[in-house]
Amino acid sequence: MNVTVEIERRDSDPVRPEWACPLCKQPARLAEVRADLMVCPHCGFHLRISARERIRQLVDEGTFRELWTSVLTLDPLKFTDLETYPERVREAQAKTGLSEAILTGTAAIDGTQCVLAVMDFGFMGGSMGSVVGEKLWRSAELAAAEDLPLVAVCSSGGARMQEGILSLMQMAKTSCAVDLINEAKSPFVTILADPCTGGVVASFATLADICIAEPGAQLYFTGPRVIAETTHEILPEGFGSAERNLQLGHLDAVVARKDLRVRVGNYLRLLGGGEEPDRVTTTGGRERGKGGMAQTAFGRAKALAAYARRPFVGGDREAAGEAERPAAREPSP
Amino acid sequence: MTVEIARHRGRPRTRDYIGYLIEGFEELRGDRLRADDPAIVGGLGWFRGRAVLVVGHQKGRTLDEQEVHSWGMAKPEGYRKAQRLFALAERHGLPVLTFVDTPGAYPGVAAEEGGQARAIAETMLGMARLSVPVIATVIGEGGSGGALALAVADRVLMQENATYSVITPEGCAAILWRDAAFAPQAAEALKPTASHLFELGVVERVVGEPLGGAHHNPEAAAASLGEAIAEALAELDGIAPRERRRRRRERFQRLGRWSDPELPPGTLSLFGGYTAG
Repeated sequence: MNVTVEIERRDSDPVRPEWACPLCKQPARLAEVRADLMVCPHCGFHLRISARERIRQLVDEGTFRELWTSVLTLDPLKFTDLETYPERVREAQAKTGLSEAILTGTAAIDGTQCVLAVMDFGFMGGSMGSVVGEKLWRSAELAAAEDLPLVAVCSSGGARMQEGILSLMQMAKTSCAVDLINEAKSPFVTILADPCTGGVVASFATLADICIAEPGAQLYFTGPRVIAETTHEILPEGFGSAERNLQLGHLDAVVARKDLRVRVGNYLRLLGGGEEPDRVTTTGGRERGKGGMAQTAFGRAKALAAYARRPFVGGDREAAGEAERPAAREPSP
Repeated sequence: MTVEIARHRGRPRTRDYIGYLIEGFEELRGDRLRADDPAIVGGLGWFRGRAVLVVGHQKGRTLDEQEVHSWGMAKPEGYRKAQRLFALAERHGLPVLTFVDTPGAYPGVAAEEGGQARAIAETMLGMARLSVPVIATVIGEGGSGGALALAVADRVLMQENATYSVITPEGCAAILWRDAAFAPQAAEALKPTASHLFELGVVERVVGEPLGGAHHNPEAAAASLGEAIAEALAELDGIAPRERRRRRRERFQRLGRWSDPELPPGTLSLFGGYTAG
């Protein structure tokens, strides 16, 4: 009888009594791990977290306004490996509750209004296909047009192979997006979370004004396995880790998850320039440049989307989004 | 098939095309930081009487040469050499011609720890920033980010038998099929051919090759390529420098396929093609 009760509790109770750290193997209460922002209370191992959880942790409560949920995946190559591409996308949607591997929108971080893009490694390895590229582009455009900073949380295995060459082109597209915000002098901060590899770390993720990583995050363009197979080199201790990348000069800082909100908030205030804002009176968010527009970025974006009618010049209409053969249904909220 | 022609040992390399198309080529070496990477060759010369900057991946032909040039797989110092040469071209208003021919960026420990990821990213951003005309040609293997780093151009040309892909068929098969032996299936699915890339708008023009491939008649292949480059350059000359940069960004903005029922068809930009004043 007792045994039965215990089994039922394990299955139905979301707060499981036991949890073991994948790194140090020490047990802890899941509630405790959750309270520590999904960081092991014993060894400080940072677990991978979903995009929604990241947003919950990083932004000021209730300030996230999601944008561009209507941008959905197509299957331009009719790609099939062991499964068809649309099947893989649907599975990822069912698993994560997300429409794609990135969430975009506006938010306030420690009082500073910004455009926020957060990748989710759980969605097909956070791979960057056309939708990720487009939503990142729109985020950059919104940041440039509204004089807002852009914050991106990057976690990705690289390119979305199922979109073939078009996924490679997202590296160029997102790099061009960085050119756009650089030209507009909008601050750009990236947070690299485990793992950040391949085409993402070799494009917008490392092109930010300030580029930081979470402790223990794996960051590399070419992975240990490929290196071992092609050059047969012995990998040094800690290869690809955030800490080693910091030592080698590739990162501005390694920042623990619990400090991210305040640190990023500081970066945004500093990159905003001018005099030190009075923290007490700016709880509603600091306004950059055009004053007040930051507050209404969400509304503006919707309005602009409604009247922007810029036809292609000899371009490809499909690329703009004729809903031909959508690979994905609307995800359940 | 195509992948084999693109990888054929006798296929003309960047230096061969420089020999045919560029007069008085002056090679400029080094990244001005720590090294010179022979996997990327760069320099100044005259293209049809006009001073240009040429940068390209260089593969070798003999085994010794291939080793010296790391099979065209560039390291961070190679990409940084490219960056400093692009900046030089911008300063002096010289058009930039690039030749893409690499299986990918060099996959080694020193390259990784020397900042390979950011070196590639910065090279792309460096190309995006240019206001001079930029023409890239894929002449052999266009492999992944290592290739794209030299191809953020106003016009991307591609030889008929060249390939351009996000990943090698072998690599793709190893990941998605969990077995590199499925490379032929992966090659089929990835569609890395010039004709398909033209359909997708990734390249503006497919440049014809002599029957059987460029290696059967390198001189004729170079002549067709020279013609295509000259035409692209003439088109780009008609565009104002600031406008070139904006349109290059727009070119890459368009590359992708998605659906968005909330945006009217044909809408390119939420903000009417925002550019900073």
